[in-house]
Amino acid sequence: MSESNPVRFYRGRYAVVLGTLCLVTAGLVWRAVDLQVVDRQFLQDQGDARHLRVVSVPAHRGMITDRHGEPLAMSTPVQSVWVNPAKLMTARDRWPELARALEMAPERLAQQVESRRSREFVYLRRHMNPSDAQEVLVLGIPGVSIQKEYRRYYPTGEVSAHVVGFTNIDDEGQEGLELQFERYLRGHNGSKRVIRDRLGQTIANVESIEEPRPGRDIALSLDRRIQYLAYRELKAAVSRHKAKAGSAVVLDARTGEVLAMVNQPAYNPNNRNDLVSWRYRNRAVTDVFEPGSTVKPFTVSAALETGRYEPETSVDTSPGYYQLAGFTVSDHQNYGEIDVATVIKKSSNVGASRIALDLQPRQLWQTFSRVGLGIDSGSGFPGEATGTLSGWNEWRNVTRATVSYGYGLSVTPLQLANAYSVIAGDGRLRPVSFLSLDAGDAPAGRVALSPKTVRQVRGMLEAVVSPGGTGEAARVPGYRVAGKTGTVHKAIVGGYSEDRYSAVFAGMAPVSRPRLVMMVMIDEPSAGEYFGGQVAAPVFARVMEGALRLLDIPPDDIDSLGVTVAEASQ
Amino acid sequence: MILDAPTSLRGSLANRLHLDLPLLIALLLLSGVSLAVLYSADSSRVDQQLLRLAVGFVVMLVLAQIPPDNYIRWTPWLYALAVGLLIAVLLAGIAGKGAQRWIGIGGFRFQPSELMKLAMPMMVAWYLREVSLPPSLKKLFAAVLIVAIPTLLIAKQPDLGTAVLVAGAGIFVLLFSGIPFKVLGFASLLLAPLAGMLWKFGMHDYQRQRVLTFLTPESDPLGAGYHIIQSKIAIGSGGLYGKGWLNGTQSHLEFLPERHTDFIFAVFGEEFGLLGGTLLLSVYLFIVWRGLYIAAQAQEPYGRLLIGGLIMTFFIYFFINIGMVAGLLPVVGLPLPLVSFGGTSMVTIMASFGILMSIHTHRKLLKG
Repeated sequence: MSESNPVRFYRGRYAVVLGTLCLVTAGLVWRAVDLQVVDRQFLQDQGDARHLRVVSVPAHRGMITDRHGEPLAMSTPVQSVWVNPAKLMTARDRWPELARALEMAPERLAQQVESRRSREFVYLRRHMNPSDAQEVLVLGIPGVSIQKEYRRYYPTGEVSAHVVGFTNIDDEGQEGLELQFERYLRGHNGSKRVIRDRLGQTIANVESIEEPRPGRDIALSLDRRIQYLAYRELKAAVSRHKAKAGSAVVLDARTGEVLAMVNQPAYNPNNRNDLVSWRYRNRAVTDVFEPGSTVKPFTVSAALETGRYEPETSVDTSPGYYQLAGFTVSDHQNYGEIDVATVIKKSSNVGASRIALDLQPRQLWQTFSRVGLGIDSGSGFPGEATGTLSGWNEWRNVTRATVSYGYGLSVTPLQLANAYSVIAGDGRLRPVSFLSLDAGDAPAGRVALSPKTVRQVRGMLEAVVSPGGTGEAARVPGYRVAGKTGTVHKAIVGGYSEDRYSAVFAGMAPVSRPRLVMMVMIDEPSAGEYFGGQVAAPVFARVMEGALRLLDIPPDDIDSLGVTVAEASQ
Repeated sequence: MILDAPTSLRGSLANRLHLDLPLLIALLLLSGVSLAVLYSADSSRVDQQLLRLAVGFVVMLVLAQIPPDNYIRWTPWLYALAVGLLIAVLLAGIAGKGAQRWIGIGGFRFQPSELMKLAMPMMVAWYLREVSLPPSLKKLFAAVLIVAIPTLLIAKQPDLGTAVLVAGAGIFVLLFSGIPFKVLGFASLLLAPLAGMLWKFGMHDYQRQRVLTFLTPESDPLGAGYHIIQSKIAIGSGGLYGKGWLNGTQSHLEFLPERHTDFIFAVFGEEFGLLGGTLLLSVYLFIVWRGLYIAAQAQEPYGRLLIGGLIMTFFIYFFINIGMVAGLLPVVGLPLPLVSFGGTSMVTIMASFGILMSIHTHRKLLKG
């Protein structure tokens, strides 16, 4: 019916066109097969590579507590904001907004991003409060991401800072026990697979590859209450006496555990601006000083150990001075002929040196070494000094004399405190421990002095604190206290200073069965008073009084309280 | 008076509205796909797309009611208007995204090249309608001129994708006019050096870059090659059955650029896989087949040539888009017809279907 359809119909052409179209469309289908069947695995992996990321899951660092579980260092979750500079470059107009949210100067932000433009990861601000960081994130600025981290927080601040130490911004121990126990405390970061979008935001967790393993907690031997007490009293004394520095150490006489260790000047570990070495140094272990008269009990111990001396043995100290190879040994006054106990009570240099010269050099040296003077305390504290005690065969007569009253050797405050714990205990020297020890877990230690000697020396040291002794200010009502003062001329270039001193007091309580040993050293008091008995002993008394009470240690000197009790009951 | 479609079908609603039912169903199907995929790719644009689809269907309905004689009468004027507007664009157009494609009329922005997509095949069909087919070489040359002028004007904007489409629309009408294959072969031979000339002088740097990028997308994975690589990954990771509606990771995680417009097929491919893609292609192919069938049914040269041109334009449209998204063709910036989010091109396409239906449903049926 060509009439009804006047237009010529190119049947062949129609077929060719339709065939071509089908063929071309088949080409598309073939391409789809190519992509979705043949290359599927490759493309899927490529796709996964674009949004699946393995990210690290931070593990928190172990907590450091005192012996009763009170936290001294703990980790709190924080967020750090980081950027991919290349992406951030594309949104320059939003930089002011970002700088505002980060509380950064816009110029600093620009400088930080531009100077690291070739990197893919640049921190903009570390350790932000999580809610503040979230506010930065919701701005939706390209390239800006946040990362969870842990920030170390020290609840006791300055009080236990020197012992606990601190970590750096990456949560690695830098000083103190944070450094010493890094391996225990450090957590092991885990990893997980997450889905991220093009802007790098995590959309969903896919699987956990490795669980983060938090670091282990450690319990220190410190008692936070005694620590605080020692901190408060030392700080007050250092400031009252306008001193340059100071240290105080409280040890458990029976176990060698450090119950308190404080220093001045101190620092706040929560404020990184405070982190300068003259502040954060734990002087009680890192700094050495000449112990002066506080070693006299060990000189006397050496004499008693020989069996040739008894507390009652008399020593002639008149006329209060004598010459030795051109060097003068002198006392404050002429004490005349006195017994050994009085040498300690009056702190006679002449008496102590006469006794020392009467002994074999080796006998004195052995006693000093055995109580740990100038010997590593075994605490393992980072940066611990060992002090110096030269060999006895190098000693000339002058050295033998001066060592007996504490010059010519150097010790750390911790060493001196530990040496006193030998006298406070059964004559054994135990390694110092910063970790809380389980009951009955105290190390046996090595025999340093005989039990008889330490009993006798304790008696002499109690006399020091009794009326007329140099350490009267160390008395604690209700308790028998024993101790020894030291007022040390500081060594300066070419000799000893006439007007710069270290005021020292070391002692123990209660004498009947010593539980606590404490030493106080105040460096260069410059407000007039400088004797150990004036400057250091009162600190000892206040801390010891509080500590004895806090530890519920029964008074052993009811007599001194008896009157009061009787009066009160009337 | 014009006698309408077969009396036996008079009762059918589609027929009374001058609509072709199979075509209408296929178009509605594509609209549904468009809304579903858009919901997944960028749900905030679904309402807008729905409105545009509605406008498109209304335009189609209206144009289907106008008898074809009117179109024949309007054709030269429409073509002249479109060319005029294209010249106006070059002289005083609104620039945007590095090209000058729009002119402002009142408060509206209008893209004259869209109008040309309709005017071009209409004009070529109108010119060849009186000529005895196949046309003589002289007539053929005149027809080529009708095609070339607007094409060059659009390419100058520059808008390569639309230029190809508009030229294609004209050339397909020529093809349907029955040009001998000999001439076709000769033209292809001429075209080869012409392509070289175009590469050297006729293209902008960014256009050349696009072609190079298409050939080796991996050479610049973060820059120009990013689109192609990402869309290949999206399609490929869909596999046989796809990841399921709303489950495409590449699109949902914003790795896929232009995912609601030109690259919407990648979203579709990722979520519906090879199966879905093949079905979607079948729908498109069905529309083309139906269009060609209608062209074959046309009673006069104008209608047949025009429908042929329009339907081939539609074919080129989706073929180039899918080819480009699948990494077979260079990225030229054409949307996937009726599925991509976009306003003007949707209306133009629906308008062309309106004209097609008008020609089909206003056939004169001789009784007896």
